[in-house]
Amino acid sequence: MTHAPTDRIDVHDTALPGSTGTRDALVFGGALALLLIVWQIGPGLAKWAFDYPKAWQIPAARHIGRWTKWLLDDATFGLFTFTDLTRFIAAVIDVPYRLALSLLATGFLSGQGSSAVQVFPPLSYIAVLMLVTLAGYYAGGRRLAVLVAACFGFLIVFGQWTSAMVTLASILVAVPIGVVLGLLLGLGAYRWPLFEKALTPLLDLMQTIPVFAYLVPILFFFGFGPTAAIVATLIYALPPMARITVLGLRSVPSEIRDLGHMVGCSRRQMTWKIMVPSAADALMVGVNQVIMLSLNMVIIASMIGAGGLGFDVLGALRRLDIGAGLEAGFAIVALAVALDRLSQALAQKTGAPLPAGKRRSIVARHPYLVASLAIIVVGFVLGLIIPPLQTFPEAWTLSTGGFWNEVVRWINVNFFDALEALRNLVLLNVLVPFKRFLGELPWLGVVLLLALAGYRLGGLRLALTAGMLSFLIAATGQWEKAMITVYLCGISVIVASLIGIPLGILASERERLWRWLQVVIDTLQTLPSFVYLMPVVMLFRVGDFTAMIAIVAYAVAPAIRYTVLGLQRVDPQVVEAGRAMGCTPRQILMKIKLKLALPEILLGLNQTIMFALSMLVITALVGTRDLGQEVYIALTKADTGRGIVAGLAVAFIAIIADRLISAGAARMKERMA
Amino acid sequence: MTSETKLVCRNVWKIFGAGARDRLRAGNAPDIEALIAAGMVPAVRNVDLDVRTGEIFVIMGLSGSGKSTLVRCLSRLVEPTSGEILFNGENLLDAGEARMIEIRRHQMGMVFQHFALLPHLTVLANVAFPLEVQGVDRRQREERARRMIELVGLSGKENVFPRQLSGGQQQRVGIARSLAVEPELWFLDEPFSALDPLIRREMQDEFLRLQAALQKTIVFITHDFDEAIRLADRIAIMKDGVVVQAGTPEELVLNPATPYVAEFTRNIARAKVIRAGSIMRAVEAAFPATTIRERATIAEAAPLFAGTGETIGVVDAEGRPSGILTRNDVVDLMMRG
Repeated sequence: MTHAPTDRIDVHDTALPGSTGTRDALVFGGALALLLIVWQIGPGLAKWAFDYPKAWQIPAARHIGRWTKWLLDDATFGLFTFTDLTRFIAAVIDVPYRLALSLLATGFLSGQGSSAVQVFPPLSYIAVLMLVTLAGYYAGGRRLAVLVAACFGFLIVFGQWTSAMVTLASILVAVPIGVVLGLLLGLGAYRWPLFEKALTPLLDLMQTIPVFAYLVPILFFFGFGPTAAIVATLIYALPPMARITVLGLRSVPSEIRDLGHMVGCSRRQMTWKIMVPSAADALMVGVNQVIMLSLNMVIIASMIGAGGLGFDVLGALRRLDIGAGLEAGFAIVALAVALDRLSQALAQKTGAPLPAGKRRSIVARHPYLVASLAIIVVGFVLGLIIPPLQTFPEAWTLSTGGFWNEVVRWINVNFFDALEALRNLVLLNVLVPFKRFLGELPWLGVVLLLALAGYRLGGLRLALTAGMLSFLIAATGQWEKAMITVYLCGISVIVASLIGIPLGILASERERLWRWLQVVIDTLQTLPSFVYLMPVVMLFRVGDFTAMIAIVAYAVAPAIRYTVLGLQRVDPQVVEAGRAMGCTPRQILMKIKLKLALPEILLGLNQTIMFALSMLVITALVGTRDLGQEVYIALTKADTGRGIVAGLAVAFIAIIADRLISAGAARMKERMA
Repeated sequence: MTSETKLVCRNVWKIFGAGARDRLRAGNAPDIEALIAAGMVPAVRNVDLDVRTGEIFVIMGLSGSGKSTLVRCLSRLVEPTSGEILFNGENLLDAGEARMIEIRRHQMGMVFQHFALLPHLTVLANVAFPLEVQGVDRRQREERARRMIELVGLSGKENVFPRQLSGGQQQRVGIARSLAVEPELWFLDEPFSALDPLIRREMQDEFLRLQAALQKTIVFITHDFDEAIRLADRIAIMKDGVVVQAGTPEELVLNPATPYVAEFTRNIARAKVIRAGSIMRAVEAAFPATTIRERATIAEAAPLFAGTGETIGVVDAEGRPSGILTRNDVVDLMMRG
């Protein structure tokens, strides 16, 4: 009975939004028409509204450059300088990293450089394989054990072992640090509202600034090497943990909090005995996120000195050796899948009931710990006696590299003309006109239009945010490149939505299709983006079209995922009500499901934009002319200021898009609630 | 039941919203309409209550009546905007944080509507949790926890996790936990509302059995008038943050103060509420052999008329004759519903 009102409101309201919608459409239509008129007659009247005058530019790049130089050379806390501090942090991170690296890859060495002697070998591949399989069995039973063993077996058989262990070592160091720091930041934000206010925009920037933009300052402060790479990874992977911590703590039921107060918890007890354990589920999602994002960073991190799989992919990319690149790329995927499933299974395991029992021996109480120790010892001894068990013999490794190179060559030989025709068709009829249109828009008009959109969707605050950020892009002289970024991103997002949303609609109705699609999009998302740049470049050569294909391939995943989730989350009672009223399946889809899932689909669009923007920077490698290229040039020239200004411009575009779409989705949800 | 008061609540206000305190200070009786117009929520308005030692005091109200806020004010989980809350004569609103922690650790217990069990702890660890917080050593707190688990009839479930239990069992854990510190004052915030009707009935009986043995001072929140009648020594009915009427179930049924209270009492069978002491007559002739206590309800007395004469005797708590109950009076009352 209590559900009756919701049904009624939901069904009613899906038919209603027209009234406010029409008014919005009128306002925006009017504004757009005005913009077009100004655009047509404007250039003669007010040239400054089209090209931001050089004289008014804010020399932000120079300021930032000077400031970093100051930090580097002069900044001091009295007893020690800023550089001392960063070098100290690097040294601290280096200790666990060396330990993990020695254990997994290099062995414990005595002496320096090439004259070093191995005093103690690393864990043999057999021992590691057995350890992770055991961990899989402990966390998720036989199925997970098989999966994890298969993933690590892939690394062994395809000769990726040593690189993979180097990568794993840095992940093993970065993830705990990221989790702990994220948790502490989240706890701080939860406790002190002011701290949260300061932290939120910082997290926004950390997540939206392209990584390339802060590689240079990190290099300056932390030096070239694995520790610098770990710092860069932390900046990239930590924000979701902090956010999820805050969300998790907020969603602890108020009764549980009351309980804590009623039994007289002190503040510390409240945090560590009540809040953190009660939010454990959410926190484990955060841990999983940190692991996945750290793996995402593997390749970029290798640009500033992290070795391992990322370095292999990067090297292969430079040689355009698609086979080697793909194999190393898939090795990263294998590692990601294994770690992802392991951490998820462990998360579900926390809090599973223990078998009740009396005192038992150590072996019976800690079977897994004892078994692990046994594996390490036995593995070590076996490795000494039988060398092929210590290091996998090279002769036994497989490679499919040649095969992939052949495939691409064959396609190129046989389909070159067709591919070329497709490329030219899209380029001439879609990409170029759209690019020209955006390029000619007056910056002032766009700024005002964005501010208006902000005002309509979220009030004065949002209007100011959208207006100010877009104005800053113009004022720092990034407008032209920003427009190219918007054009590439926009086209890619449209294409990705055109592919992703229909696929999502189909998949939401067909369980089997969805299961397959999930595998595909999971792979697309974990496969390092660099990897699919390679075949695309080889097929279509460098240029905007190539960039678009790579971006679409990467950004289509959230479009599909959110559409399916949104549709699956529609209240089944509403669908039932629709069926009871005699709707055809088509009507149910169009008039009920899609309308109710729209906010979710919008959020998917938002994510698609974020993904597209992050990929855009990477496609700078294939010769686009946008902000990504600017960031990349700054990186190669080690120009901190230039890189950060361009990076901030990308971040601003992301933030504007995110805020506007989120506000729209929130308003829509509110209307339906 | 002694008449000594354990908890006194004087002029307690709770107004949600910024600047509420200033508005209360300005005038003694703020304009409610103006408060609401200013976006504030007056959840508890000028409440006066006395809870006597050893009684079950029920606060009954529909959702949004402010009863949950009021009980949280009494334990200071919610900070009242103004007023006084005297616990054993001490004003809780003047107590510092350390003192409040002290009082809650040793003198108060609370049971929650949705149980509020910690999902990562076993039943035993959940019940022992308040003691763990106090720093009681493991052996001692687990021993006490086992006793409480036995008291609520869950022996054998010590090492099970909350989500493996049914709702009724989970609430038994919640009750055991709240009793582990042997509190003087026991708050129960709609403890049975989330349970199925049959289980609810069973838990109410269980609760009365526990209370007969423990003799705690209890503040019990409910939205169910039948539950209130069944359990309460005294009831306070709340509406829109105001206590509309407070009294024994009998007083409420016989003299509802407002039409709102009458709405609840209309369908209550009087025989189940009215006690023998209320309609007895003076002893005229010989005192009958069949007797019943003053506090028994008429519904309990009625079956005794079968087979005996026109009257039965009424005795007080010490067993001394205090009056007689006539068949006519009883039939009359029951006929009226």
